[in-house]
Amino acid sequence: MRLKTTLATAAIATVMGVAPAMADLVFPGLSYRTGPYAPNGIPFADGYADYMTLINERDGGLEGVKIKLIECETGYNTEKGVECYESTKGEGSLIYQPLSTGITYQLIPKATADNIPVHSMGYGRTSAADGTVFPWIFNYPATYWDGASIAINHILDLEGGNINGKKISLVYHNSAYGKEPIRTLEELGKKHGYQLTLYPVDHPGQEQKATWLQIRRDRPDYVLMWGWGVMNSVAVQEAANIRFPMDHFIGVWWSGSENDVLPAGDGANGYKALALANPGSDYPIYADLKKYVHDAGKAAGDGSHAGEVLYNRGMYAALLAVEAARKAMEIHNTKDLTPAMIRDGMEALEITNETMTNLGLPDFGPEFKVTCANHGGSGLGKVQQWDASAKEWKVITDWIAADREVIDALIKEDAEAYAKENNITPRTCE
Amino acid sequence: MSPVVLNLIETILNGLMAGVMYSLVALGFVLIFKASGIFNFAQGVMALFAALTLVGLQTGQVPFAHLINAVLGTNLHSFGWTLPAFAAVIGTLLVMVLFAYLFEALVLKHLVNQEPIILFMATIGLAYFLEGFGDLMWGSDVKTMDVGIPSGGSFWWEDVTLGWVAEGSDYYGMYIDRLDVVAAVVAVVLVIVLTIFSQYTRMGRALRAVADDHQAALSVGISLRTIWVVVWSIAGFVALVAGIMWGSKSGVQFSLSLIALKALPVLILGGFTSIPGAIVGGLIIGVGEKLAEIYVGPMVGGAVENWFAYVVALAFLLFRPQGLFGERIIERV
Repeated sequence: MRLKTTLATAAIATVMGVAPAMADLVFPGLSYRTGPYAPNGIPFADGYADYMTLINERDGGLEGVKIKLIECETGYNTEKGVECYESTKGEGSLIYQPLSTGITYQLIPKATADNIPVHSMGYGRTSAADGTVFPWIFNYPATYWDGASIAINHILDLEGGNINGKKISLVYHNSAYGKEPIRTLEELGKKHGYQLTLYPVDHPGQEQKATWLQIRRDRPDYVLMWGWGVMNSVAVQEAANIRFPMDHFIGVWWSGSENDVLPAGDGANGYKALALANPGSDYPIYADLKKYVHDAGKAAGDGSHAGEVLYNRGMYAALLAVEAARKAMEIHNTKDLTPAMIRDGMEALEITNETMTNLGLPDFGPEFKVTCANHGGSGLGKVQQWDASAKEWKVITDWIAADREVIDALIKEDAEAYAKENNITPRTCE
Repeated sequence: MSPVVLNLIETILNGLMAGVMYSLVALGFVLIFKASGIFNFAQGVMALFAALTLVGLQTGQVPFAHLINAVLGTNLHSFGWTLPAFAAVIGTLLVMVLFAYLFEALVLKHLVNQEPIILFMATIGLAYFLEGFGDLMWGSDVKTMDVGIPSGGSFWWEDVTLGWVAEGSDYYGMYIDRLDVVAAVVAVVLVIVLTIFSQYTRMGRALRAVADDHQAALSVGISLRTIWVVVWSIAGFVALVAGIMWGSKSGVQFSLSLIALKALPVLILGGFTSIPGAIVGGLIIGVGEKLAEIYVGPMVGGAVENWFAYVVALAFLLFRPQGLFGERIIERV
């Protein structure tokens, strides 16, 4: 009898320990720490988790309310990602960061029906930037189409503003993600007169010999890349092998981590990639992370990824989620937040240099403002370049703006088509 | 010579080289299937595990560091030494032999006389276990494989072939990756060594006897268990070679296990029981997919090489279900 009582007490205590306190801010993290894409998933997930831990340990939570992070392993698999969403949404989840374009596409109708905001930061469906059609989906601070335009604007800068007649190629992951920039690049091609050639690469992209033999024969002036995982490192290696000028090879921000360039050694020197935020750990926040998270033994990983591109991106995503929650508390004058309140916070989010400096990350990311109609942010990006001898990324430009005239028109067109297909009446934003 | 013809030759040559890389993976499948009738689903993961172990030993990484640090609160990462590539290869071979011994003792021994599908399922389990174990042991970071194999296009070959076209032609010389050339030489040496081992050594003959008829081999005193350990060790060695070559190409990362997908059409085409079949099958698949990607791809939107390899393999399957060099299946009813 005593044993039964003890077991029952232990069981109740366990359940109480697992269930979130009423006021906990629940942030689910759809991460992938296993499988072929784990090398990229781990640093992002570590950065996301460590920032949440920092807020809890240093500040005692957000405005005194503890953050509860629920990690769910997706393996970068869309079906598993949807399962993760379904299994965690009942836990009081406030905002989802799916970390996969495929999962984001699946969650758009689900999260919209459930009234839970999704933040696909720099990925997902680009036209979700139109808040009138996608009220629950956000992709600030920049979208894939912004990325394509930023890359072209960088090339324009290098070529003195004239790329008429130039040959630009796109090597892309043959998936919804990889195909995202094609339409934009075609439209920009019409405007600037360059010739676009497309080279799809099937998953996983371990073998790209035929692609790079064609590039070697076609001799494009610039090659852009929308790759992920092993596809990136193989492409960088193959480009180095055929002695393609690496400073004319530009990847999107998902093709610009340390993992993508280190395997190619010195051959990767000069390769460029877009950046949503700065790399490196030379920021005041890192002293706090070291003190309250890493040295305290509370880090999500072993701390070895701190300062890497994807760790910083994960940390930035967490920071934006936390700031949206802070804004929501301010707007609704309560600490007991719901997903709808978070959505309001996201739509009123304004990130300035002052905000970032106060958060220990001065000049880390772009200034931007989210509104009811604009969920895509300012669409700014930088260009970083790999220094193989120092084994680090160096930011080589200031913030570059996308061609809003082209991009906004494309977003409007695609969002309208989506609204029509799904019988959605766009809301009015004032 | 016309640049068009030279480009065609370049595509074929590069296809042959890529085919050799596929053959290196396919060889491991063939060895195990020949000796035990098991289709080893874990061959790709074995290549990954061997490559992880090689880099880990070479760079002095502490195995299970993450686990040890989490349990003991330590901060171990590296032993602080680096091993020469040769010593790391020997060390990895010993690990693969140990792995073969343990797999035989813990799994295969208990599955003797089971249906092939049961053994196949066991290898699926092994694949997932080994992937997780490799992650736990060496971490999932992308690692750089540096065993001194040259990579990149050959300047010499470019210059030689540049002289084959008329001056002023729009031609830049023929491209051949030096890593692929090394892989081709390694594959030839590997096949010769395996053939000598199989034909002229006592163990090789025992291995062939087991491959022909398990029961008969047992009746003349050949130990099935010893043979299995030897075969899985050799497959581990072949996996190491494949892991080195593929790891040098793309870095050592967990997607390396997916190279097994590249070996499947090679096996269908070459047959599951023939070492020359694995080589010839690889060459045909390599050339076929590269020709398809470069000459058919642009007409249909590209990215055809992956599925085209399977189309070629299926076409062969229709006419020779046992593959080019496989043993013909004759069943009397």
